Amino acid sequence: MATSPFALIKFRLYFVGAWVVWALLHAAVLHWFKLSVETALLDSLVSNALLAGACWFISSNLQYYQPDQARLLYFGIWCLLLSGLWLLVLEYVLPLIIENDPAYEIFLNNSLPVRFGIAFLTIGWMVMLSVLWYSQQDQKQSEQRQADAEKLAREAELFKLRQQLQPHFLFNSLNSVNALIGSRPQEARRMVLQLSDFLRGTLKREEHQWVTLTEELEHLRLYLEIEKVRFGHRLATEIIADEECGNMRLPSMLLQPLVENAIKFGLYDTTDEVIIRLQAYCQPDLLEISVQNPYDAHTAQPRQGTGFGLSGVQRRLYLLFARTDLLQTFADNTTYTTLVKIPQLP
Amino acid sequence: MKAILIDDEPLARSLVREYLAAFPQIEIVQECNDGFEGLKAVTQHQPDLIFLDVQMPKINGFEMLELLDQPPAVIFTTAFDEFAIKAFDAHAIDYLLKPFSQERFNKAVEKWQQQKDQAELIKNTQALLQTTAAAPDRQDRIVVKIGTKIRIIPEPDILYLEADDDYIKVYTPDGAFLKSKTMGYFENSLDPKKFIRVHRSYMLQISQITRIEPYEKDSHIAILKNGAKVPVSRSGYAKLKQVLGL
Repeated sequence: MATSPFALIKFRLYFVGAWVVWALLHAAVLHWFKLSVETALLDSLVSNALLAGACWFISSNLQYYQPDQARLLYFGIWCLLLSGLWLLVLEYVLPLIIENDPAYEIFLNNSLPVRFGIAFLTIGWMVMLSVLWYSQQDQKQSEQRQADAEKLAREAELFKLRQQLQPHFLFNSLNSVNALIGSRPQEARRMVLQLSDFLRGTLKREEHQWVTLTEELEHLRLYLEIEKVRFGHRLATEIIADEECGNMRLPSMLLQPLVENAIKFGLYDTTDEVIIRLQAYCQPDLLEISVQNPYDAHTAQPRQGTGFGLSGVQRRLYLLFARTDLLQTFADNTTYTTLVKIPQLP
Repeated sequence: MKAILIDDEPLARSLVREYLAAFPQIEIVQECNDGFEGLKAVTQHQPDLIFLDVQMPKINGFEMLELLDQPPAVIFTTAFDEFAIKAFDAHAIDYLLKPFSQERFNKAVEKWQQQKDQAELIKNTQALLQTTAAAPDRQDRIVVKIGTKIRIIPEPDILYLEADDDYIKVYTPDGAFLKSKTMGYFENSLDPKKFIRVHRSYMLQISQITRIEPYEKDSHIAILKNGAKVPVSRSGYAKLKQVLGL
């Protein structure tokens, strides 16, 4: 719900200041009409105190209810009613306070229409101010809600993107373990441990958005060890990273889908031995990582939009950096290169 | 009896080999790393049974089977793949989900041995192949065989398809290739955002169109980038207009 403008200290100060000026003006005008200073001040004090009360009342009420239709009519009726009530009270109360002054009573009676007009305008002005205030607050709140909702959706999507563990990978690895148990139990044990380390690392990473290059490469090596057991001598990997890049940060689990993609297409496009090459370079505010796999331009299936790997990475980079140019691919006749750039946020 | 193992993971093959030791009457005549090798080996050895992985280098298991004139009995071995499993179930063909146990493996082999009617089994495999094309990552190319050579036609190279008796002619810039499939099959397997069936016997790739001209009463022809003319029926024209936003 919107807060009343009276909840703000600043507004209260303005309101009191304006009230004092207004009351003094009122008294001065009365004095000009030959009323004594004392009478003029008393009259001003009472009528303006009541008027301020009416203003506060209507403003607070608008906080709870603002009509959508027939606004003007509704507000007009409220202003008329409040001004009329104010005038009635004034007509009854003022003679009680300023006693035994027949000239004043005549003046009061004569000035009633003018007083009514001024009260109507004052209250109307207060209504206008409040309506503006509340609608602005409503708008701010709905903007905030929308921004919150978008942020939540973005975080949920990022979480999901980080979580893309391929069930294929898991089941095929378990199948390899199953095969090793019979023939090479020691290796089976090693693979179970590697797989556990990898899965544990994956679960941990799902909670964190950013990791250092060193951490990410460590995790990637575990993954590659498992893949090497699965594909045997056919898969070889090479990781080259400048030492000074080690502390640069990147979104966690970003490289694995790229490497997985490279392995998949490298192995599935060619039947020879496959070398997957990962290189990391850094500039002061940019980390660049390229992943290369051998590729046969004649038999390779077109890779645009193939598989989840690249499009998921693209989407993540967009959500994090609002840029679409951070992931690029190049192909010549024998090598396919995926290049990813990660700006270093301060 | 002869068997061939086709799987790109050496360990997966060694497991099947180990399990198969329980059946001394079945001899493994060859082990293959991918669909190409598998194709050659099956043609050469004419095995009674093959163990086939689905995801493999070059061409996948389904594509390999499509290219065989007389596919042998197949037991699929695959990791989780929801689509493929539905297809297998529908055609009562046995499949082993990795990782699988010796008991489950034995059941599959015994099921095959008890199958009296081998012809029935092969018919099921063929029925399976007619439905497996729509797997999400298998529809962006068409694999054809020319004599003993295999050709992979990537999606961008497909100009249009023409029905011709029991075959479909796939037109590419390098000529036409035959594939024994139906038009309905390609309607399901090719990306409907890119391909549209404009006639009972024709389907074309939308991005290949340069012009559409009226032709006789009630019909049109589409002229493709390479100059080929493809008939467009009245309902096909309506579909085209919708897709092109006319």
